[in-house]
Formats: sequence, C-alpha cells, structure tokens
Amino acid sequence: MQTSEDRLRGLLLRGLDGDAAAYRTFLRDLAAHLRAFLRKRLARLPDEVEDLVQESLLAVHNQRHTYDPAQPLTAWAIALARYKLIDLLRRRSRQDLLHDPLDEDSEQLAAPDGAAAEARRDLAKLLDTLPERQRMPIVCVKLEGLSVAQTAARTGMTESAVKVGIHRGLKALAAKIRSSA
Amino acid sequence: MNTDDLISLLATGVEPVDARAQARAVLVAVSAGLLLAAALMAGMLGVEPTLAAEARLPAFWARELFCLAVATSGLVCLRRLAHPGMRTGWTGPASALPAALLWLLAAAVLMQTAPEQRMATVLGHTARVCSLLIALVSTPVFVALVWVLRRFAPTRLRLAGAVAGWAAGGAGALVYTLHCPELAPPFIAVWYVLGMLIPAAAGAWLGPRLLRW
Repeated sequence: MQTSEDRLRGLLLRGLDGDAAAYRTFLRDLAAHLRAFLRKRLARLPDEVEDLVQESLLAVHNQRHTYDPAQPLTAWAIALARYKLIDLLRRRSRQDLLHDPLDEDSEQLAAPDGAAAEARRDLAKLLDTLPERQRMPIVCVKLEGLSVAQTAARTGMTESAVKVGIHRGLKALAAKIRSSA
Repeated sequence: MNTDDLISLLATGVEPVDARAQARAVLVAVSAGLLLAAALMAGMLGVEPTLAAEARLPAFWARELFCLAVATSGLVCLRRLAHPGMRTGWTGPASALPAALLWLLAAAVLMQTAPEQRMATVLGHTARVCSLLIALVSTPVFVALVWVLRRFAPTRLRLAGAVAGWAAGGAGALVYTLHCPELAPPFIAVWYVLGMLIPAAAGAWLGPRLLRW
C-alpha cells in the first residue's frame, strides 16, 4: 500500500503544478481505488457505485487545493469519498443498508478495481443545464481541448472569466448532483 | 458520460493550483472581519476611557491573554477541520483549555473573596449586556470564517461551524475588551465564555446548512 500512496501522491503533486498528463494518471488510478472502496461499502446498492465514483472524482478535483503535501494522500482522498458516501446515504435516509461500518480507521486504499460499471446519472446532461458563461468555457477547454486564450477569443469572454467559468461551473455541477439525487 | 470521459474532462487544460492564493484569501477575510468588529465596537460602544490605566493591571493582561488564546487555539483546530482527512488530535482539547484554566483562576479568586461579595464579583456592572455584545462584535469575524470554510472542504460540518463560532467569539471578545470595564476573572469566566458560546452554538446550527460541498 505504501508504494501506491507514494506513487499517487507524486502524481497529484505534479498535477497540482499543472502537469495534465500526471493528473490524468492520478485520477484514473485513484478512480480504481475509490471504486473498490465504495463497492465494498455499497454492496447492497451496486447501481450507485459508479455515480458515486464520479461524484467523488469531481469532489477530488474541486477540492484539490485542500490537499496539504504534509498529510497522507490516502487519508485525504478517502475522507472526500467517505463524505460523499455519507451524503448519499443521508439523502436516501437508508443508512441501514450500509454493509460495513464507516470506522475512522479504514483509511487504507482497497485493492484497485478497474472495471467501471455504467453510471446511471449522465453528467453530460447536467453540464447542459449550467449557465452559458460556465458551460461554454467547460465545453471549449475541457471537452474540445482549446486553450484558455482560444476559448476567450471564440466566446468573447476575458481569459480570467473563462478560468472562473470553469472553476465555478465544476462546483455548480457538484451542487447539481447533490440536489438532483 | 462514462468515468473515463469525466477523468479526461477534469484533467484537460488543468490549471496549476496557487497555494498562496488560498493563504491570502484567509488572511484578507480574517483581517476584514477583525476590522469590521473593531469598527462596530468603536462606533457603537466606544473605547473605554480608562483603558490606559487598566493596562497596568495584571488582570487586564490575563483577560487579553484568555481571549487571544481562545481565538488562536480555535483557529488552529479549524485549520485541521477544513482539510479532509486531517485529524483534529490535540487541537480539539487545546481549544477548550483556555476556558478551563480561566475557570480555575476564577475559582481561586472567588475562594479568596468574602462570601457576601462573591455574587457581586461575578455580576460586575455589565453582566446583563456583556455576553450579547460579545456575540454581536464577533459576528463579522464569524461571517469571515464561514466564508473561508466554504472555500475548503470540512467533513464534520457541525463541529467545524461550532469551532468557527468559538474562535470568532474569542476574537470578538478580544476586540470587546477595549470597551469593557470588567476585569475580575470570575466575571470573565462566566459572561465572556457565555458570549463565545453564543456564536459557537450558532455555528453548530448553521454548519450543516452553510458548509456542504
């Protein structure tokens, strides 16, 4: 587990410096760990697992500035996923479906589980419901791969407005997931 | 959208995270909260005219130290609560320690006070307004701390709200000391602590409503 912690941590730190390739690898590897973590705890709600993996990844991204390099990455990522898991269970008020107790000590990553199931919630549809000043920057930069400058030129927004639009849009997406479930 | 598409979306064009921008935002918010609290105290209540004379007494500095200790120990605990996966550890008990020590001091003072004067020592002259005024002066700092917490990711919302209120209460009380004529430790131990508990209770109630992410 130690090697996995060190590797993921190194990838995230490079991602925080703006290395998109390292960040992509980090998210992909973390997704497999989170999937295993959540599948074990949602044994009786298997249909929810992939939605929650996606919600947790979005949270990891939106809250990536809260990672303190001095703390174990695993504890941080698991705390984010556990918060989203508890949030889900609270929304459904079905905490009795918990398979495993959410003890504070389960901060070790489970063995990765790479087999993604179909997500039931379509984030692309939720994305379409965002206001234009958030949706357009996300579509241009994040889906079409344009630079911030190109997006600014195409949309007529300033570069900082494009960055703010992406940032707020992804947070708004997380809020929409919360209220839609 | 499948999970790989989402990962691709999140990673594409990812911007570097500026850690100093976070620290700056915290500093600006807390400073603004303190300045507003000071303006509220000075404008509405006025600075105590005999402040300079009081500043020569040890009891004055014991009171300042108590308020400062509540604010700083609360902020240390709050920093950990704002980061997912950080344990509060010793910082939780440490933020209650100043009040515990003050109560010991107050008990010692009361034991040396003549029994018929004990009640008067506890009540001072401003017992009826002190706690409410501390809660009022704390409000700008409390708002600032909630604003800061919303930029982070606390996972224990009720506790984070309560500690934010407690720390804001300490900071607000520190500002309020510039107006307050009371120096007796038994008075501080009751009415100041009550004044800090009001924002703490408000924070415990508001936390789950305002801090979700």
